[in-house]
Amino acid sequence: MSTEQAIQTYREGARITDVDALVIEGFSVYYETDAGTVKACDDVTFTLKQGERFALVGESGSGKTTLAMGLMRLTRPPGHIASGSVTLNGRDVTKLSDSEMRKTRLSELALVPQGAMNSLNPVMRIGRQIIDGILDHLDEDAGVPTKDELQETVRDLLIRVGLRPGVARLHPHELSGGMKQRVAMAIGISLQPNLIIADEPTSALDVVVQRQIMQTLGRLQEGLDASIMLVGHDMGLVAQFADTIGVMYAGKLVEVGPVEEVFSEPKHPYTTLLIRSLPSLQEKREFLGIPGLPPQLIHLPQGCAFADRCPSRFEKCDESIPQMINLGGRRKTACHLYEGEGQS
Amino acid sequence: MTEQTQAVENSSPSIGVSIFRIISGVLGHFVVKRFLFFLFVVWLASTVIFIIPRLSGQDPVKEKLLLEAQRGGAMQTGLDAMAKSYQKRFGLDQPMWVQYTNFVTDLAKLNLGVSIAFFPRTVNDIVFESLMWTLGLMGTVTILAFILGTLAGAILGWPRKPGWLQYVFMPLLTLSAIPQYLLGMILIFAFAFKLGWLPLFGGYAPATMPNLSFSFIVEVLRHAILPAFAIIFSSIGFWAIGMRGMMINTQGEDYMIQADAKGLKGSRIFMRYAVRNALLPQVTGLALVMGTIITGQVLVERVFSYPGVGDILFQAIRLSDFFVIRGIVIVIVLGIAGATFLLDVLYPLLDPRIRVRNS
Repeated sequence: MSTEQAIQTYREGARITDVDALVIEGFSVYYETDAGTVKACDDVTFTLKQGERFALVGESGSGKTTLAMGLMRLTRPPGHIASGSVTLNGRDVTKLSDSEMRKTRLSELALVPQGAMNSLNPVMRIGRQIIDGILDHLDEDAGVPTKDELQETVRDLLIRVGLRPGVARLHPHELSGGMKQRVAMAIGISLQPNLIIADEPTSALDVVVQRQIMQTLGRLQEGLDASIMLVGHDMGLVAQFADTIGVMYAGKLVEVGPVEEVFSEPKHPYTTLLIRSLPSLQEKREFLGIPGLPPQLIHLPQGCAFADRCPSRFEKCDESIPQMINLGGRRKTACHLYEGEGQS
Repeated sequence: MTEQTQAVENSSPSIGVSIFRIISGVLGHFVVKRFLFFLFVVWLASTVIFIIPRLSGQDPVKEKLLLEAQRGGAMQTGLDAMAKSYQKRFGLDQPMWVQYTNFVTDLAKLNLGVSIAFFPRTVNDIVFESLMWTLGLMGTVTILAFILGTLAGAILGWPRKPGWLQYVFMPLLTLSAIPQYLLGMILIFAFAFKLGWLPLFGGYAPATMPNLSFSFIVEVLRHAILPAFAIIFSSIGFWAIGMRGMMINTQGEDYMIQADAKGLKGSRIFMRYAVRNALLPQVTGLALVMGTIITGQVLVERVFSYPGVGDILFQAIRLSDFFVIRGIVIVIVLGIAGATFLLDVLYPLLDPRIRVRNS
């Protein structure tokens, strides 16, 4: 997927509103180990508008999934949320009680998991797995829906994600990877959440199915007027799907901006190299990578984490960690090169 | 006329084909397949049981008579004639293939022959009586230990358990390191010998005759308490440790993370997602243990002089009662093969992934 193509397929008429759906401020998830603290996700700040499709990209280990899991408070020990706030629909989810958090999951904040290969209970029928989520989020005052009502709901959900209703009676091992991913989406939308976190929903699927899955996900999101946070490393897919892109490197968010602008004019040197490394159909050239390796999250340098691999490195990069600079027009980057251009 | 013949010609092969289909369908059904395999295992095992004693070259009848003769200090004259007549009585004078055919036919009729030591009681009679005692006690106790141990393991392997549980269960599990017969002896010493709360040995008081009265049932239960505890305490840990390991494994599964992400209640995740999946290998273990309970507790039955199969087997070996030994071994084979057959048939109901499709 070349940059030009990507911009062409950028969706028309995105219904991004001005309402804040998710405000993340200074959010950090640390893992305490014997060797020291691993800052898997460090001081991340960004905002998602209602109806927006936000893609979080970065290489493996950059903290994307840690961030996504942290937002849902599903971080497992020794990991913990070290600081920051996550405001979803006006409430800070980091301050909710465990039982309030449980009720918030799925009803306001749904996860469409990675791969969906093993994310379904192997010994339970699909219909039952959809119903479970609904049953555990009933209002105490409202009565329990009848079996027929629940079956009707399951039927509707399966049709909406493009499966035949008969799938409800099957077990996960009887479905293909694409079908399982669709079931995962059906569960995700079962309570009409306003935020769907899709964690690499198309990994382990072939490209044709990937496309169908992303189209379905987009259609569902528009139907619900929900926002999506897509976590992934497939830049082509992100370019086609998302409105906004956030680039993560070594646990930090280094660049945020509208997809077409970031692709045509990346600011952070890491983003530049990442986009340049994408193979292009237009020109045949050497396969470009980014020299070096990301730093170990347990021994982060004093300055910028990318400095060692950065072609534009200068003295300041080793001295201090660059802060997020607002470049105007919804564009932000955390790089010392742009310090003079900041807008408030 | 021609139409009729045509119709007949058309229909007759189709009837033939459909009968063939039904037969092959029945044979192809996995339950039938498993049952045929069960029969095959029983046949193979009993053939081995038939052959091995005959390879040893020993003559059980002669040996028994010699033993008696030595004990009685009697003259050995006429011993050979006596042995001959007994061999005739047990069919041991027949050619090998006739003996084998008789053996297999008897086995098919579930007739295990006549005991040498307790002549003229039949092996069926002896084995059946002791089997009731063994199954009644060991079967109940094994299932009880399975349920308690699995439950304890499930709770121990659950990360959201109350912390103090660790300190209650863990010492209990160390009991599984003590052999059952040793635990049995300790229990007898403490509760029967020193405290005198419970009877020392047997399945019921020596003076009573087995009947179905209330007092006799209480008597049986009182006798069952100590052996039951010996087995439960020492096998609870076995089940608990296995279950705990499986529960911890389950925690790492994607569907457990997804269950949390779905905002399910803790109780539902515990039962329907974690325990339900962790239980599968436990059930396999239970089926295998159930197959061996008949012999698994020989030592415990011995320690408590409990009138079960283990005790009978012990006596039969001492008295070199070949027919009773053979009968018990066949019952063991039936037990293990039967448990495996049941597991094969029932397991697909528990784990849909191994359901065999008949298409």
